[in-house]
Amino acid sequence: MADERFEPKIIAFLCNWCSYRAADLAGTARIKYEPNIRMLRVMCSGRVDPSFVLKAFALGADGVMIAGCHPGECHYLEQNYKTMRRFSMLKHTLQAMGMEDDRVRLQWASAAEGVLLAGAINEMIEQVRALGPLDWPKNWSENGNIEEAIEQLVEEHAEAMEVPV
Amino acid sequence: MAERVGVYICHCGSNIAGKVDVEDVSQWAGEELDNVVISRDYEFMCSSLGQELIEDDIKNEGLTRVVVGACSPHLHERTFRKACSNAGLNPYLCQMASLREQVSWVTEDEALATAKSKAMISGAVERVQLHEELEPTEVPVNPHSLVVGGGIAGIQTALELANSGNPVILVEREPSIGGHMAQFDKTFPTLDCSACILTPNMSDVSSHPNITLLSYSEVEEVTGFVGNFHVRIRKKARYVIEEDCTGCGICIEKCPKSVIDEVFEAGIGYRKSIYRPFPQAVPKYPVLDAETCIYFEKGTCKACEKFCPTNAIDFEQKDTFIDIDVGNIILATGYDTFDSRKIPQYGYGRLANVFTSLEFERLCNAAGPTNGHIVLRDGVTTPKSVAIIHCVGSRDTRFNAHCSAVCCMSALKFGHLVIEKTGAEVHSFYTDMRPSFKDYEEFYNRLLEEGMHFTRGRVAEVTEAALQPGEEGKLIIQVEDTLIGRQRRIPVDMVILMTALEPKPDAREVGLKFGISCSMAGWFTERHPKLDPVATMTDGIFIAGACQGPKDIPASVSQGAAAAARVLGMIMKGAVEIEPIVATIHEERCSGCRICNTLCPFNAIDYLEDKMVSVINQALCKGCGTCVAACPAQAITGAHYSNEQIFAEIEGLLFDVVQGNGAKPVVEEPEAVPA
Ligand SMILES: Cc1cc2nc3c(=O)[nH]c(=O)nc-3n(C[C@H](O)[C@H](O)[C@H](O)COP(=O)(O)OP(=O)(O)OC[C@H]3O[C@@H](n4cnc5c(N)ncnc54)[C@H](O)[C@@H]3O)c2cc1C
Ligand code: SF4
Ligand code: SF4
Ligand code: FES
Repeated sequence: MADERFEPKIIAFLCNWCSYRAADLAGTARIKYEPNIRMLRVMCSGRVDPSFVLKAFALGADGVMIAGCHPGECHYLEQNYKTMRRFSMLKHTLQAMGMEDDRVRLQWASAAEGVLLAGAINEMIEQVRALGPLDWPKNWSENGNIEEAIEQLVEEHAEAMEVPV
Repeated sequence: MAERVGVYICHCGSNIAGKVDVEDVSQWAGEELDNVVISRDYEFMCSSLGQELIEDDIKNEGLTRVVVGACSPHLHERTFRKACSNAGLNPYLCQMASLREQVSWVTEDEALATAKSKAMISGAVERVQLHEELEPTEVPVNPHSLVVGGGIAGIQTALELANSGNPVILVEREPSIGGHMAQFDKTFPTLDCSACILTPNMSDVSSHPNITLLSYSEVEEVTGFVGNFHVRIRKKARYVIEEDCTGCGICIEKCPKSVIDEVFEAGIGYRKSIYRPFPQAVPKYPVLDAETCIYFEKGTCKACEKFCPTNAIDFEQKDTFIDIDVGNIILATGYDTFDSRKIPQYGYGRLANVFTSLEFERLCNAAGPTNGHIVLRDGVTTPKSVAIIHCVGSRDTRFNAHCSAVCCMSALKFGHLVIEKTGAEVHSFYTDMRPSFKDYEEFYNRLLEEGMHFTRGRVAEVTEAALQPGEEGKLIIQVEDTLIGRQRRIPVDMVILMTALEPKPDAREVGLKFGISCSMAGWFTERHPKLDPVATMTDGIFIAGACQGPKDIPASVSQGAAAAARVLGMIMKGAVEIEPIVATIHEERCSGCRICNTLCPFNAIDYLEDKMVSVINQALCKGCGTCVAACPAQAITGAHYSNEQIFAEIEGLLFDVVQGNGAKPVVEEPEAVPA
């Protein structure tokens, strides 16, 4: 067991218009990447409810990637800016729960960036492999800064949802 | 009742089967996955035989859900949805797994590829069972079209549509249509007189019974959706009553105020305060420019009014708004040129005899301020030597990374005109010579024969500082000739800067108004760079000409015609199907917080004051799902991408983790927990 390499499972949410097409392109161009990633299609990165990410972790994923069009290139004009804000909020939530930063990743990939996407996938798999399996509930209870983090969360939540605090 | 799922694994010849053990995957799915009643593998699922396989199973085995593990859904989702509907199954009850693009083509190891394929099939099987029947809605297409921008691209689109018998509204911001082409003297590579080929098309626009031309106008607001747009147009006050004006031009003659024409004459010629940019302007009615008019400034003058034989001048005129309904919109808003002042080493604005390319176009135009005489800024001296600097603001990461595509050819055109009209020596300083299209290379050869000099190298500086004999009173080009690896100084009388083509400064704003996006640089983004160059991601909005990227006149005209053909297709079909992938708010769950209201870029969400809930106009919703993710009350569902469907897919994708392998799920699904 000790010398067996840890194979993380990573769930990726890809927007239909850029990132899913980047994955298509990586395929057409026969760019190889590690098979530890399992992809889901959403219409826009803006559809990714933070609860999807939590669900994936809860079901045993070791890492989650959200991929969308570059800022300014979202098919729905500006929704990935909302993804961006939501993502930073999510990151803080996860930090508060004791999760390592590298387990979630927001990746911009245009339909032309198959190579970039494949590279990002490999990089993330490597990082998560180095972290080892997610031992979530244990870490959570040991984290000291929960209160501070939660306070910050409330603020960010308001911002991400575009309501004046 | 449990669903009856059919699973179909495609070999795609050896594309998938060469890497993935397709028999194993299909057998495994049939045995291990709940509710899978049939699981098959087949050589080419997309072939008619493959499709028949699905159709027969739906009919004979009573399948209620279909999963196809094949290529990317972007390729064949439509094919398999159609197969389902042929057999009487709602097309949205089908789900694809991209075993080719996401597994066989990108994975090295065969065993791991097979394992990943199983996870993806499992995700699709879990998800598809929660799919709902959806019906695309059909909406009629209004046969009226709106063309925005009356350059050569917009003119072409308008004429094509109008000639096919359909009504067109053409909106142009400037007083006249014609765009940049109207400013040119000759066009490369044939050296046709620009006006001779452009003005007949312009007058066709003005006299066409199917075209309504609104010049000096702009689109204020666009609402609605494909087939049914509502557009509000602001018609700026021109202080001339169009119905009464005969276009005689007496007012222009009598107006005592001359101002520099920064637009049409590129700043090197004059116009009156009441003016037509050029004699063949379409429409023929002049525009009174209130900013410079003596009457608006001082309260007296009204020379134009006094002399107008038909009393067509109206100083009280106000902007008016026109509301129209159209089915499709074509944007042909063109380009702008780079501001050469941003490269101070080239001296534009400081050294009198440095000209921009557009200034030079006016200078050699027979109808321009010098009647076509190529002279220095003093207005009389003919240059004996001329330098043409390429790539000014293009292929320069400080300004524009792109190649402006037309400047090499324009430079050759200028070289020819200078040689023909003045006999001067002409030096081109180029980065790479790019005469790419039909007859362009031949034109370059012709200029080599005509004696134009070519130096390969980026000009470092244009300076007046004479260092050597023969440089006094000249503009000296300091450049490294990269072909011989030597610094050179070349004294000339006149310098022409081939300024980059750039997106319109307001392109992003205009894009937002019409709901389409721009590239980083600001060019409008096409739906597909190769296969769908004139459509955009927003149905019913098309683009043509240089607003999509730098291009020459033939390419702009081709795009104009292509956009018209696309629109005609929609008009002839009479109706469009709207994807049913939209969001819905469940009134009873909505708290009325209005968070979603501002999130939607298409303004699809309204707040009902009386009921105190929000509601989505499904015709406007494009189905991005952002509001679905944002609603704190979970009152919004996204069709085909509901939370439940996505959760099920995640669970399926992680089947091997969920079902053990040591790692237990933290949050247990009720049915997965053994008592
Ligand atoms: C110096 C120079 C020389 C050139 N010489 C040649 C040549 O010899 N041969 C050749 O093939 N090509 C040549 N070109 C390229 C040529 O100019 C373009 O290919 C062509 O003009 C593109 O046409 P267009 O209709 O797309 O854009 P434009 O000509 O830019 O027309 C756009 C029109 O849209 C209007 N508009 C813009 N925004 C709005 C708005 N929001 N609402 C309403 N109206 C709007 C503008 O007022 C304008 O009338 C040259 C370019 C330059 C810079
Ligand atoms: S966010 Fe949800 S609860 Fe708030 S108004 Fe919109 S639908 Fe209603
Ligand atoms: S799904 Fe997107 S487009 Fe539809 S109403 Fe919600 S935010 Fe607007
Ligand atoms: S569509 Fe790709 S991020 Fe919005």
